[in-house]
Amino acid sequence: MPTLKDYAKKEVTFSGGHRLCAGCAAGSMARQVTMAFDKPTVICNATGCLEVASTIYPFTAWEVPWLHVAFENTSAVASGVEAAYKAMRRKHMIKDEHIDIIAFGGDGGTFDIGLQSLSGALERGHDFLYICYDNGAYMNTGIQRSGGTPFTASTTTSPAGTVVPGKGQFKKPLMDIVVAHRIPFVATAVPAEPKDLIEKVRQGLDVEGPAFIHVDASCTRGQRFDPSLSIEITRLAVQTCIHPLYRVVNGEYTMDRPSLRIANDPSKKKSIEEYLKSQGRFRHLYKPERQDDLIRMFQEDIDKRWEEIRTKCGV
Amino acid sequence: MSKIAVTGDDAIAQAAKLVNPDVVAAYPITPQTIIVERFSDFVADGEVDTEFVCVESEHSAMSACIGASTAGGRVFTSSASAGLMLMYEIIQIASSSRTPIVCAVANRAISGPINIHGEQTDQLLFRDSGWISQFAETNQEAYDQTIMAFKIGEHPEVLLPVAVGIDGFILSHAIEGIEPVTKDSVYNFLGGERKSTLRLDPDNPVSIGLLHLQDYYMEARAQVRDAQQRSKQVIIDTFNEWKNLTGRQYNPVESYKMDDAEYAFVTMGSGAGNARTAIDELRAKGEKVGLIKVRVYRPWFGEEFSNLTKNVKGVITVERAHSFGSPGGILGQDVKSTLFDAKQTPYVAEYCYGLGGRDCLVKEWVEIYNRSKQSFSEGKSLPYFWWGVRE
Ligand SMILES: Cc1ncc(C[n+]2csc(CCOP(=O)(O)OP(=O)(O)O)c2C)c(N)n1
Ligand SMILES: [Mg+2]
Repeated sequence: MPTLKDYAKKEVTFSGGHRLCAGCAAGSMARQVTMAFDKPTVICNATGCLEVASTIYPFTAWEVPWLHVAFENTSAVASGVEAAYKAMRRKHMIKDEHIDIIAFGGDGGTFDIGLQSLSGALERGHDFLYICYDNGAYMNTGIQRSGGTPFTASTTTSPAGTVVPGKGQFKKPLMDIVVAHRIPFVATAVPAEPKDLIEKVRQGLDVEGPAFIHVDASCTRGQRFDPSLSIEITRLAVQTCIHPLYRVVNGEYTMDRPSLRIANDPSKKKSIEEYLKSQGRFRHLYKPERQDDLIRMFQEDIDKRWEEIRTKCGV
Repeated sequence: MSKIAVTGDDAIAQAAKLVNPDVVAAYPITPQTIIVERFSDFVADGEVDTEFVCVESEHSAMSACIGASTAGGRVFTSSASAGLMLMYEIIQIASSSRTPIVCAVANRAISGPINIHGEQTDQLLFRDSGWISQFAETNQEAYDQTIMAFKIGEHPEVLLPVAVGIDGFILSHAIEGIEPVTKDSVYNFLGGERKSTLRLDPDNPVSIGLLHLQDYYMEARAQVRDAQQRSKQVIIDTFNEWKNLTGRQYNPVESYKMDDAEYAFVTMGSGAGNARTAIDELRAKGEKVGLIKVRVYRPWFGEEFSNLTKNVKGVITVERAHSFGSPGGILGQDVKSTLFDAKQTPYVAEYCYGLGGRDCLVKEWVEIYNRSKQSFSEGKSLPYFWWGVRE
């Protein structure tokens, strides 16, 4: 098993100079993802921050083949790429070598507008890895709510007003939806745990058939925190069990070490308030006055989900 | 080869089989369904060497086609009406991505109210998208044009997607005899052994589909404009090669009895058949009338069109399509703006007919002619008119 130091020495095919914001966790994730490459790899990218900021013509940050078509269809695009390689390989039109295919989509491009094409591609069983980088809203278009936006978060289409306290719904259980497709590999990850993330990318690419990774990728502009904290915020998401780390391989759940430590020692489980207080999008839960009911409802929901995952993982 | 009896859809599926695309990604919709079903049979029976991606929507169909074509594959799809409109966003990106996808369209009316029958408005809706857009009159034409579409679209000077339309049910489900060609001749016609034009090549990484801002967007669009222009010669050359191969002559703009014509019908697709019969009847009575059939709608062959209308007194456009609130028909507007440059502008009468598959009999074409000629001889063009609608 390579160590983190080994990975750090690996060639990164997502180069600096892109125009993601300082402190964008999606950028950190992209670098880590490319550290997992050990075969020819191509990337399909849904419209969103990562796409827009990495490829402003005539520049590109990508040193592997990269394709963007639209917002809601990146799974279908990847399906077509995979099908063409298959056919061309069979007809001896290209080298007889395996090509890894990755599709990137944001939370909007995955939880919402791209859910159908994702579901279709998973059901058809294409051999590709879909990575959803979830920054909690449509950030590229100015912080509008998505199905992935957490409960009570203030966004520009779920603003915290004097009557409505931010988003009224809980996060869509995307992982459950994806797992229900019974694909060979599903996992969660965060850039704060790079070794875990890189290993999962490799594992997802190595399985035959579709694989999916849900990455919590914090956004300094949309979640409102200092750019120096972006990685720590994703760590907090794990420590509060808002984004537990686990994988589901052929239907079997395994909890990964950072979350397992909490499962084994519940005193390590942080209150979600640490997460809420770290970000401006939840400020209305504390100012002008503390919203005890909402904080409790949020905590109860997270606790319930955490229990479910623990049970599934058998820990 | 001896003739075979096939529906229009079947003819297109047979043509696609001969081409043996690398990837077909399609979603069923009446009246195109048979194309997808027949092609699925070919896959199931190993008659083609194609990856058939049975997508969950037309939006994904066109998206998968772009992915496959960008990866270097030869790609075919097919749709109609609501399906085309669901893929409308991605249709635009197919042309700007310069992916030579071939899409057969079984032209169908647009909802609402929902209707499944023949009408060309669906294909005309993406006339501005950069696609090469053609219509066929018969099943033989549908067959031939489908094969030729690959050669035209994939030409390095073109690299644009191509749509071939057949009127829903009128052609898609009607059986006609067609003269097939052999797989070998298609193979040679399309240039023999195909090398991969792999663009998503790990050995030569490029990024495709980048954000173009104010500084580059217009230049990117202009490249599609230029490819459309260049495609004109490629289309003519391809039609000529097909003639050498099969003896069947195709032109972007075709004419019937136009040599001495004083009046001309202009139409696209299967309606040309009834127009021709009406012309024969009118000619028998001494009327000097002919037909201009637009086979290639985009790019628009204005010069070829003008050459045919130089000496006519009146032009009668008859189209199975409509555009609400517009100054005329869709084809009609192309015709009128072309005629505007003529030395002597003829009178024009524009008709919308046959929406939702409504029949327009030969005798009605004769009535359309008489009504139009009457006005022309009084020195007047006629306003846009919906033929046969109960007001
Ligand atoms: C069909 C369509 N609808 C809307 C948009 C506008 N749009 C572009 S990116 C985006 C939001 C992307 O959000 P997400 O997927 O979460 O990615 P992020 O920008 O947050 O990284 C939207 C709404 C679009 N490009 N296409
Ligand atoms: Mg987002």
